[in-house]
Amino acid sequence: MSSTLVNRPATPEPREITTKPRPSDIFFRGVLTTMSLSSLLILTLIGLFLSFRGYQAFKTQGFHFLTAYDWNASTDAGQKDVFGLGAMIIGTLVISTVALLIGVPLSVLTALFLTFYAPEKIKKSLITIVDLMASFPSILYGLWGFIVLMPMAEYWAKLIHKYLGWIPVFSVPQPAFTRSPFIAGLVLAIMIIPIVTSVSREIFGQTPLDRIQAAYALGATRWAMIKAVVLPFGASGVVGGAMLGLGRALGETVAVYSVLNIVFKANWHVLYGFGGNIASMIVQKWGEASLSESKALLAAGFVLFVMTLLVNLLANFIVRRTIKSGR
Amino acid sequence: MTTLTATRVEPQKPWKTTPKQAIPNFLMLGLALIATIVVVAVTPMKGKLAYAFLFFVFGTSFQMFLTWRKRGKAAAVDTFAGSVMMTGGILVFLPVASLLWTTIAKGFKGLGLHVFTQTMATTSYSDPLSKGGLLHAIIGTLYLILIATVISLPLSLLTALYLTEIKGRASGFIQFLVQAMSGVPSVVAGVFIYAAILLSTHLRGSTFIGALPLAILMIPTVTRTSQEVLNLVPNELREAGLALGATQWKTVATIVVPAARSGLITAVILGVARIAGETAPLLFTLGTTDKVNWNPFVGGQNALPYYVWSGLRDGTEGGVQRAWTGILVLLIVVLSLFVTARVFGNRKAKR
Repeated sequence: MSSTLVNRPATPEPREITTKPRPSDIFFRGVLTTMSLSSLLILTLIGLFLSFRGYQAFKTQGFHFLTAYDWNASTDAGQKDVFGLGAMIIGTLVISTVALLIGVPLSVLTALFLTFYAPEKIKKSLITIVDLMASFPSILYGLWGFIVLMPMAEYWAKLIHKYLGWIPVFSVPQPAFTRSPFIAGLVLAIMIIPIVTSVSREIFGQTPLDRIQAAYALGATRWAMIKAVVLPFGASGVVGGAMLGLGRALGETVAVYSVLNIVFKANWHVLYGFGGNIASMIVQKWGEASLSESKALLAAGFVLFVMTLLVNLLANFIVRRTIKSGR
Repeated sequence: MTTLTATRVEPQKPWKTTPKQAIPNFLMLGLALIATIVVVAVTPMKGKLAYAFLFFVFGTSFQMFLTWRKRGKAAAVDTFAGSVMMTGGILVFLPVASLLWTTIAKGFKGLGLHVFTQTMATTSYSDPLSKGGLLHAIIGTLYLILIATVISLPLSLLTALYLTEIKGRASGFIQFLVQAMSGVPSVVAGVFIYAAILLSTHLRGSTFIGALPLAILMIPTVTRTSQEVLNLVPNELREAGLALGATQWKTVATIVVPAARSGLITAVILGVARIAGETAPLLFTLGTTDKVNWNPFVGGQNALPYYVWSGLRDGTEGGVQRAWTGILVLLIVVLSLFVTARVFGNRKAKR
């Protein structure tokens, strides 16, 4: 009996327990870390190449590139090019403002409707439709805006002008209502609604249930509950969502190009039939641009890139802070 | 001996409106409709807009009156808010209906088998619609999707894995960069590739170069969706793999990624849907052609959104009609991608 015990094989050496990663893991982590920096690389390259190629325009035009309102490419060698993006920056802001003023209230209403009013049975399909809206290509919005929306919007513009024309923004020098910034803003409003709606909906949905129930227990109606609990809770989230929408509206090209009469002049009258934004201006001028002009267009692209980057970063900051704090 | 009898008890819903309670509501809606028609007939206000506006005003105020009589002022305000929200919701869903309807109605006219078998090589916009098609654009779009996916998938997947599996010191920063990248306007991506490649080298626009800006636009979408999906993989699976002595690399490759497979497919499909309809970057990078071009590296290419764009820019009746046909085909592509992504996503959620 004892001999079998003696002949038993020796207990195996205990494995070394260590926190040191194995070579394959070091390699794996290295590859992942390197690859994850690709987004940094791409963003840096975009900034570098556009500013490098547009440098000539920045250098010859100086600060006027952002403030001046003229865009003339010289045809003669002796003449000087004048590139000032000011009119298009104003145009971009005008169109985006119109889009936000129309799109954000509608989105907030829709988000509230979807979260608190819609019957459970159709809620899911309505949310799917909003998501579907986000996946439509922008050229579809452009084509639809041009053919279907424009005649209607022109009529609405005339009505607004008739009754509210005494407000300077709604006045027009001449009765030309086609292809105005108002129509472009309308199309953009429809395009940003899905983003703003889904961000707002997400944040409204996070409203603490105990507070909602407390409001109801105190005898609040549904609207009183929303006013007292949901809106204060979700306000900064809605602002963040609106900023994300603004980011999209600033850079929209094809839809704006399709519905807007792009003229290189500053236009504050939203109902008057011309305007422009940076993105669509780049596309419009690209075809017959000389080398120096196309470099100026690249510089314009750089300005647009910086604008959208700032807006998006601000938006993400606001949205994240709201979600994190979970007030 | 007592016998137990089971009686089926229906759940009661005392808050549900009874038919008797609903009658005044319908009555008020009917009254509002009549009032609307009368006002439109009498006053100079005319048109669909007047009908919609007046019906909203009358319907809301009548309902408000009803609730005010029954339940007081606060309830009337509640009714008003509810009706405004409903109207807001309807105003959002109307454009979707109109978009789909117009696209189908207008695009259907030019549709036929020839659309999928012919190109525009020997056809001009003034030719009858029964001639010419968009085979070249379909092939171009497929090429673009394929190349953009091949470029962006590894980058996005590895970035997502870094964010979920390693969670290193840089992950906050990387997350921030991905968010920033998702805001890059498509036209900037196109102009960037032009400045970086076409302006610096002797290369001309081609399918491959056209796919580069699309890859840039695709990366953030795929990264963010994959990240969400990978976060859903239970940590127990990872711990089980590590407890069995597998390296982290083995755990990720053989457990985490396969577990999230269908979600990752959804991520790719969503990314493809994002880029399939992009037009602006192609204007700078694609070159153009009216023939089928099988070589992705040499010679111009066409794509569905580009085809629509050219038709729209042409502005003639034939051009716009062909644009509608093109957008219908593009919409079918995007919608089927959307539905596929949904089906994959739901199947995962059910498991």
